[in-house]
Amino acid sequence: MTEPLVARHSLEYPGGYTRSVGEVVGRYLTGLRDGRIEGARLADGRVLVPPTEYDPLTSAAVSVDDFVEVGPAGTVVTWSWVANPRAEKHALDRPFAFALIRPDGADTSMLHMVDVSTPEEMSTGMRVIPHWRSDRIGGVSDIEAWRPYKDGDPIPEVPPLPFSENMGDSVTGIVTSGRLDYEIAAGESTTRFLLGLAEGKIIGGKAVGSDDVYAASRGTDPTTGAPTSISVDVSDTGVITTFCIVNIPGLSDLAPEIPYVSAQVLLDGANNTFFGLIRGCSVDEVRMGMRVKAKWLEKLTADHGSIEWWEPTGEPDAEYADYKDYL
Amino acid sequence: MRDVAVVSFSYSTVAKEQMRNEVEMLAPVITEAIDASGIARSDIGFTCSGSFDYLQGGPFSFVMGLDAVGAWPPIRESHVEMDGAWALYEAWIALQTGEVDSALVYGFGKASQGNVHEIMSLQLDPYYVAPLWPSMVDLAALQARAYLDASGRSERDLAGVVAQAMRSARDTPQAIRSGEPSIEDLLASPYVASPLRDADIFPTTDGVAVIVLAAGDLARSVNKRPAWIRGLDHRIEPHSLGARDLTRSDSTALAAKHAGVASGPIDVAEVHAQFSHEVLILSEALGVDPSIVNPSGGPLAANGIMSAGLVRIGEVARRIMDGTANRGVAHATSGPALQQNLVCVLEGE
Amino acid sequence: MSKNAVAVVGVGQTHHRSSRKDVSMAGLVREAAVEALEDAGMTWSDIDAVVVGKAPDMFEGVAMPELYLADALGAAGKPMLRVHTAGSVGGSTAIVAAKLVQAGVHERVLTVAYEKQSESNATWGLSVPMPFSPPLVAGAGGYFAPMIRAYMTRSGAPRESGHLVAVKDRLNAVRNPRAHLHMPEITLKMVEESWLLWDPLRYLDTCPSSDGAMAMVLGSEKVAAAAPNPVAWVHGMAMRSEPTMFARRDQINPQAGKDCAADVYRQAGISDPRRDLDCAEVYVPFSWYEPMWLENLGFCAEGDGWKLTAEGATAFDGDIPWNPSGGVLSSNPIGASGMIRFGEVAQQVRGAAGGHQVELKTGKALGHAYGGGSQFFAMWVVGAKKPE
Repeated sequence: MTEPLVARHSLEYPGGYTRSVGEVVGRYLTGLRDGRIEGARLADGRVLVPPTEYDPLTSAAVSVDDFVEVGPAGTVVTWSWVANPRAEKHALDRPFAFALIRPDGADTSMLHMVDVSTPEEMSTGMRVIPHWRSDRIGGVSDIEAWRPYKDGDPIPEVPPLPFSENMGDSVTGIVTSGRLDYEIAAGESTTRFLLGLAEGKIIGGKAVGSDDVYAASRGTDPTTGAPTSISVDVSDTGVITTFCIVNIPGLSDLAPEIPYVSAQVLLDGANNTFFGLIRGCSVDEVRMGMRVKAKWLEKLTADHGSIEWWEPTGEPDAEYADYKDYL
Repeated sequence: MRDVAVVSFSYSTVAKEQMRNEVEMLAPVITEAIDASGIARSDIGFTCSGSFDYLQGGPFSFVMGLDAVGAWPPIRESHVEMDGAWALYEAWIALQTGEVDSALVYGFGKASQGNVHEIMSLQLDPYYVAPLWPSMVDLAALQARAYLDASGRSERDLAGVVAQAMRSARDTPQAIRSGEPSIEDLLASPYVASPLRDADIFPTTDGVAVIVLAAGDLARSVNKRPAWIRGLDHRIEPHSLGARDLTRSDSTALAAKHAGVASGPIDVAEVHAQFSHEVLILSEALGVDPSIVNPSGGPLAANGIMSAGLVRIGEVARRIMDGTANRGVAHATSGPALQQNLVCVLEGE
Repeated sequence: MSKNAVAVVGVGQTHHRSSRKDVSMAGLVREAAVEALEDAGMTWSDIDAVVVGKAPDMFEGVAMPELYLADALGAAGKPMLRVHTAGSVGGSTAIVAAKLVQAGVHERVLTVAYEKQSESNATWGLSVPMPFSPPLVAGAGGYFAPMIRAYMTRSGAPRESGHLVAVKDRLNAVRNPRAHLHMPEITLKMVEESWLLWDPLRYLDTCPSSDGAMAMVLGSEKVAAAAPNPVAWVHGMAMRSEPTMFARRDQINPQAGKDCAADVYRQAGISDPRRDLDCAEVYVPFSWYEPMWLENLGFCAEGDGWKLTAEGATAFDGDIPWNPSGGVLSSNPIGASGMIRFGEVAQQVRGAAGGHQVELKTGKALGHAYGGGSQFFAMWVVGAKKPE
C-alpha cells in the first residue's frame, strides 16, 4: 500500500465577511461602542440581553424603542474554563472563563469572557463587571472581558474614545474573520492518479464488469457506485470536445495571461472529459475536435500541475461523430 | 400514517481516515446496506443524505458523496445540511406520500480533517457570539455546569455515565473508545473545559452510516423482523444559550411526546449525547432510565459527525431486527448545546 | 395510499439587490417570511413547521444558519429542516415543505430560501480551491461556456440566440419591482457589444449576484379553503439527480432534467408543455440556458430551442412566456433563485403577479430549478384549480 497523500488546506474568506447588521443589532453594538449595555423589554415584561432582533419564544420583532440600559454589573449564571486560548481566535492571550452573564436588570444572559487567572476564582453566582477596551469599534469585543466585582465598589469608568469624525454615527456593520485549518487526505484513487502524474503517466480506473475508464476517478464508477479497482494506463493525447476563450484576467492564481483557452479534453483510452488549458497555438485556431497532447512540466510532481497545458499535435481533427457523445 | 420500517443498517467509523476519501469510505457501506436490505439498488425509490461542507473545508460535499450511490439512470434524491437522522426524516416523509416504497439514507463526514470543536463555533449567532469563538466543548461545559448546579448531581455522576458507556462499547466493533475505566481514574484526569474531562467528550471520529427504509408489505417481504418506525418527530429551541433553560431539553421532551415515547415500555434507548452530562439531560427529557441508554456505548465511544444521529436510529433498529429488543427510542441532536432534537420510536411486530 | 392536496396559500419575497446593507441575515429572511404570512392571513403561531434552504454556508460564513434563524422564523418548539442541493436548492426546499403537507404530517408549513451574497463573494464561495482537486482555473463561466459552445454546435443555433434571451429577460424585469436589475434601455446591440468574458458568453448573458429571500406558506386542502386570497394548487413536483461526471454524460441535455420533467408532467396531466402551460419560470443563469432548457423540458424537439426564442414564443407576449419576472438573469440570490421560480409561478396562477402577470388560459405554470453542473433538478407545476 502506498503512503496516502495528505495536504494542508485553509479556509478563510479574504478580508473577512462584511456583515450588515440591521437596526436592532446595530443599536446594541452602537451602545457597546459608547460603553453601554442595553437590553430590550419584551411584551411579557422580560428584559432580553443581548437584544436579538426577534423574541426567542414568540418571534415578535424587537424594537429599538423598547431598549433599556442594563448592568453594568452582572452575575455569572454558568461558566467553563479555557486553559489554552487560541491565538487569532480568542481576544485574550491568557487563560480565561467563558460564562453566561446576566447583567443587572436583565432576565436572560449573554455569553462573554471573564478575565481571572485561575478557575478557582470562578464560581456560579459571582458578581462581575465589564472591562471596556479603549479602542471600541462597535462589536462584542468592545468589552475586553468581565472582571470580578464587589457590590458597593465604585463602577469603573468607561475609557473615552479618541475623537473621530463619525463617532456619533450608528454602527451598521461588522467584519468577521477567522481561518479554519484542515488536513485533507487525497484518497486511494486520487493518490494513484497523482502518483502517476509524478511519473509522467495518466492512470485511469475502471470497475469490475465495466469498460468505462475514468481519469481521474474519485474512487467509484459514478453510474454504479462500484469501486474503480482496476488501474488502466490512459494516453496523454486526446481530443478537444468543447472549449471557451477566456478574456477575464485574474480568475485564479493559476490563470495565464488573457486570452487563453479552457477546454474539455477526452483522452484516448478514457471515457470522461476533463478540463485543461490549451496553448501552443493562437486562441483563434482552437476548435472542437482538435487533437492535443499533454505538455508535461519539466519537474514532475504528484499534482495536477504536472500537466501544464495541452497543445495541438498537428494530427487531423477527430470526426464530430467520434466525440459527440461526450458533450 | 403509513407503516415504514428500517430493514437494514450499516456503519463504519475510524478515528482518523487518512487513506480513503469520503466516496471511498461511503461506497462499501452503501453496498453492504443495500445488499443486506434485500432490495435491489435499482429499485430504491428515494435517496437522501446528510453532510456538512465545513467538515471538508469546501462547498458541495454531498455532490461528491453521490458518486458512491450509483445515481444512474437518474434518481429521486435530496440532501440536508444536517445529521443523517434528518435525512431519514425527509425520506420517511417521502415514503408517507406513498410515491415511493423504499429509501436509501446516509450520513457521512471526516471530522478529523479539521478542528470540529472550532468549526462548530460558526453555528453561533454571527453578530453576538461567533466573533468570540467559543468552541462546542466550551458551550457544552457551560451546559454541564448549569445542569450539575441545578440537579445536585456531581462530576462523579458524569464519570459514572462515562464508565457505563465505555463498558457497553466493548461489544461495539465501531467503538473508537471502550474499556473499564474506574470512576476514581476518570475523576483524576485533567479538565479539558471544566467541568468536562477528555472522557466526557466524544472522540473525534470519521464515519459513515447507511439505513435502508421500506414501507408496509415490501418491508415484511425483505425482512423477517423489520424495525417499524412508530413515531418520528423533531423540534428546535431558541438559538441563544442565554435565552434557554440549559438544565433541561424541552425540545427533546416535546419531540418525545409527539413521537409517543411514553405510550409503551422502552427496552432500549440510544441518544446522541456527545458529552456525558447530555446522557442525563436527555434521559430525563425522554423519560427513560439511564441504565438502558446507549448499549452501544453511544457517541462517547464513537461519534461520526453527520452520521452519529443516524447511527442511534440504526443501533436501536438493529436490536429490534435481531430480536434482542421489542420497542426502543432513538435520539439525534443538532446545534449548540442541544438546540435541536429528533426522537424516533421503533418497534418489532 | 392517496396523497393529500397541497396549495400555496402565501408568497413573499424581498426586493433583490446587489447588497441589502439595511438588514441582517435574519432581517432579510424575515422580510420575505412576514410577507408570505400576511398573504396567507396567518401569524407565527399558525405555522406547524419551517423548512429553510440555501446554497453553501460558506457564502455567508455561518454554518447551518437555520439554527441562528430559528428565532427570526418563529420556529421555537417546532420542527425545522435545512435543505441544501446546490443551485436547485430553492426548488427542492419548496418540494420538501410541500411533501410535509402532502404526507399529512402538517397542515401549514413555512418555507424560506435566501442568500446574502454581499457578505462575501460568490465566485470565491463556489470555487474554494481544494487540495488534490483539479483547479477551476477559469471560474464558473469557464465551466459553463464550453457547454454553451457545444450546444451551439449541436443545434446550429446562431450567436444571437443567447443575446435575445438576455434582452428579453431584462425587459421583463422592468415590469417587476422586486427584480435586482432594471435595464429598460437594454438592446440586442448592447448585449452584443458587452464584454466577451468567456467566448461565447458575454457579460450581459450572465446573471448578477444578489441579496434576497423568497418565502411561501404551503397549506392543506382545509387551510386552502380558509385562505383569504386565491391559492395555487400543486399539481406535480419532482426531483432528479445524476452523477456530476460519468462516461458519455450528456451535459447539454441531461437525462435527469428530462426524467424530472416527464415525472412532473405526468403528475400534472401535461402532454404538451407549450400548449398546456401558461408560462414557465426556469432557472436560466446564463442566457443560453433558455434554448437548452426549452429542449430539455420538452417545449420543442431537440435542436429547436433557439428557434422558439428567436420567434418570440418565450417573450412576455409570446404563446409560452418564460421568466416573465425577469428570471435569474435579473435577480440571483443563489440559494433563493430556485424558490423564486417556484413562487413566481404560484403568483401567476393566483393572478397575483402584478406588472408581470401573464394571461391565464390553462391556469397552469411550471417552476424549475437546477444546480451543480446541471445534475440536480427540481420542478413543480402549479395550477389555479384544484387537481382532480
